[in-house]
Amino acid sequence: MDLKKDELKLTPDLFEKLDENEKNAEKIAYESKTYFQDAWVRFKQNKLALAGLCFIIFMVACCIIIPIISPYTYDGQDMTNSNAGMSMAHLMGTDKFGRDILVRIMCGGRISLSVGAIAALIALVIGIIYGGISGYVGGKVDMVMMRFVDMMYSIPDMLYIIMIVVVLEPSMFSILLGISISSWMGMARQVRAQVMTLKEQEFSLAAFVLGASKSRILFKHLIINSMGPIIVSVTMLVPSAIFNEAFLGFLGIGLSAPQASWGTLANDARQIMMAYPMQVVWPVLAICLTMLALNFIGDGLGDALDPKKK
Amino acid sequence: MANPILELENLKVYFNVGGGFLKKKDVVKAVDGISLKIYPGETFGLVGESGCGKSTTGRAIVKINQPTEGKILVNGEDITIIKGANLKKFKQDVQMIFQDPYASLNPRMTVGEIIKEPMDIHGIYKTNEEKEKRVRELLELVGLKPDHIRRYPHEFSGGQRQRIGIARTLALNPKFIVCDEPISALDVSIQAQVINLLEKIQAEMGISYLFIAHDLSMVKHISDRIGVMYLGNLVEVGDSDELYNNPLHPYTKALLSSVPIPDPRVAKSRERIVLQGELPSPINPPSGCVFRTRCPKAMEKCSQCKPELKKVKDRMVACFLYDGDKE
Ligand SMILES: Nc1ncnc2c1ncn2[C@@H]1O[C@H](COP(=O)(O)OP(=O)(O)OP(=O)(O)O)[C@@H](O)[C@H]1O
Ligand code: SF4
Ligand SMILES: [Mg+2]
Repeated sequence: MDLKKDELKLTPDLFEKLDENEKNAEKIAYESKTYFQDAWVRFKQNKLALAGLCFIIFMVACCIIIPIISPYTYDGQDMTNSNAGMSMAHLMGTDKFGRDILVRIMCGGRISLSVGAIAALIALVIGIIYGGISGYVGGKVDMVMMRFVDMMYSIPDMLYIIMIVVVLEPSMFSILLGISISSWMGMARQVRAQVMTLKEQEFSLAAFVLGASKSRILFKHLIINSMGPIIVSVTMLVPSAIFNEAFLGFLGIGLSAPQASWGTLANDARQIMMAYPMQVVWPVLAICLTMLALNFIGDGLGDALDPKKK
Repeated sequence: MANPILELENLKVYFNVGGGFLKKKDVVKAVDGISLKIYPGETFGLVGESGCGKSTTGRAIVKINQPTEGKILVNGEDITIIKGANLKKFKQDVQMIFQDPYASLNPRMTVGEIIKEPMDIHGIYKTNEEKEKRVRELLELVGLKPDHIRRYPHEFSGGQRQRIGIARTLALNPKFIVCDEPISALDVSIQAQVINLLEKIQAEMGISYLFIAHDLSMVKHISDRIGVMYLGNLVEVGDSDELYNNPLHPYTKALLSSVPIPDPRVAKSRERIVLQGELPSPINPPSGCVFRTRCPKAMEKCSQCKPELKKVKDRMVACFLYDGDKE
């Protein structure tokens, strides 16, 4: 330091009282933003994820609107115009019964997307409750509950799904049940791991000391704070549920005609694939693009919701 | 003297650690037989090295840790077996302020929600307006602006967060607060402010504190009495000034000798003691006096039996050196 001694002379008038504003200088660091607003900002920076989100919104909108505004219905047959190619009248052509493929794909999308969303939601609810209780109670209860999960895990997914669907007859209900039962275990494990670490944190101890009930601590403090990773894995569950449902359709144990999902559409078209390959391409493209988009969204959410990234 | 608000009787808290298939579990004797009394309106400072069981003691008092043995009496009632309405009352009366202001507030709740939570749990106020009014009062009391109510914890500095934590405990009008190193995570410049706030609150509301710290000089400032812990045991308890100016137990002496003293005359008269050896593990504490492995005055007797906490002059000391001069 090259300050001279006399420059350092301090006199009382060098000091002045802080005014009120400066007293609060130990200050509010930045704009009030909630965790999710913050995450949204980070999510938007990920272009792939944003593109995925736009695609899904577009897909959902098409599935809702196109069957309504189209002059065709998903089961309206026109044998005079079967297996037509692409044209202005039928943008994706028609199938072997002369049904408009575009409308059938969009109606199939309604089913495939709802199966994906509902199965993921069911897995979410079961996973949160099961994993939450296991992680929070801990000890022997946790051990027994987790061994059960391990056991369920060791059986291949498709085995349950096919068993349940075959036993209960293929229907929306049995397919949903099968897919949800095969996919909640991962969620439960993840919730448990989150709850285990969070329950030792001081804020949940503080809630306990304040007299909060177990369920209040579990849901208002532990689960809420695990929401980030949970949302990411739900997003990842949707494409796998869509795929499983499509796979069932492809195996021929999906929904029965004339209702169709993407999987059953692909299966129907398979038989005439050599002659009319485009009829397989459309549903497969829909499945692939949707799964890809959802995976991008999942990745983007993973980055955006991870507080350690900040 | 009035009845104590808190009384620990031979409190022991052991943890089972390790162990597994075909492996024996180890027992950590985190707290190994502590007895003390804290009176209404008093601040009792608890000091000792890291890992000596201070937090475990504090956590046992608020029922986070289960005692292995012994009693914890709050207003004469054993809280280890308390149930129902009495438990609810206990949760209102006895609160805790945590060490880490970054971890002790739920990051997904606004300041208002955080301070309101205890009111919701205990149904103290009926309407939302009443609660909100009280939250604003509390924010003002701890030196924050009432309009911070809708903000999130991450927007505040460490000192401000600790104030929010304090406001949360005050929402229930507690009679006793365990302060577990409430300032050790804060900037030195902020520490004094928070201490002053705690003192102001005590003066206004007549709360008793158990103030935990590892720095004797800070504890001395706020405490009426101080207890010194070593490896799960209380080795000396006394009036804070007297203990500070005239430590008796060899461990207290060593602790104090590491505190820099501003007054050169006092500094000279005090020998500097550097403790030998490592802090023994609470899994396998030394026989007899727990301090004997590092005590410069250790005698043969010290390894054979354990010194009791006995009255010596104006205080309590657990050391055979003072067996002769009981009063
Ligand atoms: N839940 C637990 N399970 C096992 N061991 C524990 C547990 N909690 C504390 N311990 C052990 O008990 C001993 C005392 O810990 P405690 O946290 O009470 O120390 P402390 O005096 O508060 O230390 P510090 O100054 O670091 O906070 C330590 O050896 C610690 O490892
Ligand atoms: S009892 Fe013995 S070992 Fe323990 S502090 Fe006193 S002199 Fe040291
Ligand atoms: Mg501690």
